[in-house]
Amino acid sequence: MNALSRFAANRGALIGLFLLLVLVAIVVLAPVLYPQSPWRMVGRPMGAPLDGNFLLGTDTLGRDVAAGIVHGARVSLLIGIVSTIAALLIGVPLGALAGYFGGLIDDAIMRFTEFFQTIPSFALAIVLVAILQPSLPSIVLAIAIVSWPPVTRLIRGEVLSLRTREYVQAAVTVGQSTPRIIFTQILPNTLAPIIVMASLMIATAILLESSLSFLGLGDPNLMTWGYMVGAGRSRIIDAWWISFFPGLAIFLTVLALNLVGEGINDALNPRLRKEVRK
Amino acid sequence: MSEPVLKVDRLSLSLPSVADRAFALKDASFEINAGETLCVVGESGSGKSMTAHAVMGLLPPAVKVAGGSIKLAARELLKLSDREMRQVRGRDIGMIFQEPMTSLNPLMRIGDQIREMFEAHGALDPSARQKRALELIEEVGLPDPARIVRVYPHQLSGGQRQRVMIAMALALEPKLLIADEPTTALDVTTQAQILKLVDRLRSDHGTAVLFITHDFGVVAEIADRIVVLQNGEICEAGKTAEVLRAPTHPYTRKLIAAVPSITPPDARALADAPAALTVEGLAKTYKSGGFFAKGRQVKAVDDVSFAIRPGETLGLVGESGSGKSTVGRCCLRLIEPDDGTIRLETVEIQAMTQRALRPHRSRIQMIFQDPYASLNPRRSVGRIIAEGPVAQGVDRKAAMRRARELLDLVGLTPAAADRYPHEFSGGQRQRIGIARALALDPKVLIADEAVSALDVSVQAQILDLIRDIQKRLGVAILFVTHDLRVAAQICDRIAVMQSGRIVELAPTAELFANPTHDYTRKLLAAVPGRDAFAHAN
Repeated sequence: MNALSRFAANRGALIGLFLLLVLVAIVVLAPVLYPQSPWRMVGRPMGAPLDGNFLLGTDTLGRDVAAGIVHGARVSLLIGIVSTIAALLIGVPLGALAGYFGGLIDDAIMRFTEFFQTIPSFALAIVLVAILQPSLPSIVLAIAIVSWPPVTRLIRGEVLSLRTREYVQAAVTVGQSTPRIIFTQILPNTLAPIIVMASLMIATAILLESSLSFLGLGDPNLMTWGYMVGAGRSRIIDAWWISFFPGLAIFLTVLALNLVGEGINDALNPRLRKEVRK
Repeated sequence: MSEPVLKVDRLSLSLPSVADRAFALKDASFEINAGETLCVVGESGSGKSMTAHAVMGLLPPAVKVAGGSIKLAARELLKLSDREMRQVRGRDIGMIFQEPMTSLNPLMRIGDQIREMFEAHGALDPSARQKRALELIEEVGLPDPARIVRVYPHQLSGGQRQRVMIAMALALEPKLLIADEPTTALDVTTQAQILKLVDRLRSDHGTAVLFITHDFGVVAEIADRIVVLQNGEICEAGKTAEVLRAPTHPYTRKLIAAVPSITPPDARALADAPAALTVEGLAKTYKSGGFFAKGRQVKAVDDVSFAIRPGETLGLVGESGSGKSTVGRCCLRLIEPDDGTIRLETVEIQAMTQRALRPHRSRIQMIFQDPYASLNPRRSVGRIIAEGPVAQGVDRKAAMRRARELLDLVGLTPAAADRYPHEFSGGQRQRIGIARALALDPKVLIADEAVSALDVSVQAQILDLIRDIQKRLGVAILFVTHDLRVAAQICDRIAVMQSGRIVELAPTAELFANPTHDYTRKLLAAVPGRDAFAHAN
């Protein structure tokens, strides 16, 4: 059975994939579904869901909650993917260098990595965003900076075990250069754990961005889910829908990404899968 | 005659539908009497380990019993519940595994692990358990039982751990002892001791022994009767002496003929030529310990010198930890030597930087041990072979063309170049590894246990291939091996290593006929089945 059919046999992973596809469809169709700015006040403040023209109701200023969620999906997905790529770009090369060369280089890189790991990541992200001014690039940067250390540790461990494989030694004996060995012999074989980790990192990044926005540290020009939850929290008793629906959107997205990540993991590492016992 | 201890009758084990055959074992019948050793012999994938696991009731979830019966002293094992089977394991059947390094719990003292055997079956009271544990340790020949009960597994050597495993397996005096390749991971001298121990315990206690092995040498040493498995089917069974002397089934005949003889063939005449590889005063010391721990020094290689002429094969034999692999890797600078000179024809390479060495790397190449780990799973076979020439500046197209020629040379079809390593068997992969080593037209080949991971029939083919290639291309070969039979067949001269030093270096025939060093004599005496396979091939 190949990886694809193993993935297809996993019900949880398929549900996750379905949710993700819905999310992507919403992002793509956002300009058609809600062509107007989500910041525009379009109706009576605090209108209940299904009351009047608004599917998910309106917030304290009469803005459409559904429009906010649709436009917020784009920001969440964008930040999740871009910051994960940025974190991989920092973490993978550092991990590969540390694992391949070992010795002093390994020590230096790993102490540097631990330096970042010892600082509470959310506190560091808040500080970074506050210093750099809240904007899309600064948020992406902050999330990337707090989430690369686990990547480095993972890649270092993989490379440490791969570099002692005989095929890597064979590459040394035929005279391949070191960068070539790292890029053609070692890194392609770390692809499976990288993919699994990346899918889970996107979920964490979305949560982190939501938390920042909730605290009012989001990009002030962008409607995000975290901001919506934060803005509606003071009226949670009399207008629950303002916070509830963006929160549900975050929950479903993170759940979907985790299900897909687990599914990919099981599909790529079939032997690690929990055995089903009667 | 009394009831046999174990009676397996028409046992079939089915494999999941994706496997390459439907049955792991088909219609297998055999029996073992008290005080008898039955060897189940076969190559990898023949179903011999599955047989042992079926008797223990420890089959992997995907393998199902499709029919037949397993009777232990007239009691049907296949009908027992999990709980009843747990009672049988340990009490009625003891088992020894292949890997002594991982079959003991690293966090438990030896004494506690042995006592656990009694606790699990509610046997004896605590003080009697302690006394019995000491007796058992004494019985399996471990020194100073009072100390052994308090140590942890990592403080013991592989052979000592295997003795502990045997002590545990025999703790409750089982009627049947199952030994699944118990000596495969051990050195030849340790193997000889363990085989003697198993045999002594069998005769002392009248235990029936089911011994699984791939090694006909071991069979000749220990078995009363043997069962030969081929692809899950018994192709031959009978008394050891008869089967070894006059095998009736063609497969058995093939297997026995493939066992390399301990008698070396006549010496080859070699042209007198300047040495292709000269090593003088090579030394490598490993230091352990960090900032705080007191450093420990191990001399892995100590003042090793030898020279190999073109077309000659020098064997480097020794037990694990003797430093033979380190020597091979130092010659390639995969491990940096501390001292000594390494000369390839006229070029001294020991002091070069890795960058300066790269252009000279084509002169010396390596054939690796593990055919499954030595090929990058994500590259096609053609690219794997062409990598060397490309790195040395050959045009990619020309290198691929050469890769196809080389595949033909090592006995594979040139079309194999477009396929990936996982599509090949172990022996075929080793051929690919040899093609890769030849791609750079080296003058020297280092073969590090190049045939040790292969089945005996495949081993013979690969040895033939290496010999043939040497004849055609005139390369010098440093053949690192622990297997004296293989060394006897392929080497012109043999260097025996012990604790980092070469203790004896002599032409093969001379070394086997008149070993001068005590250690060489000990090694030669420990080769299993020495007398049974003394025939010249």
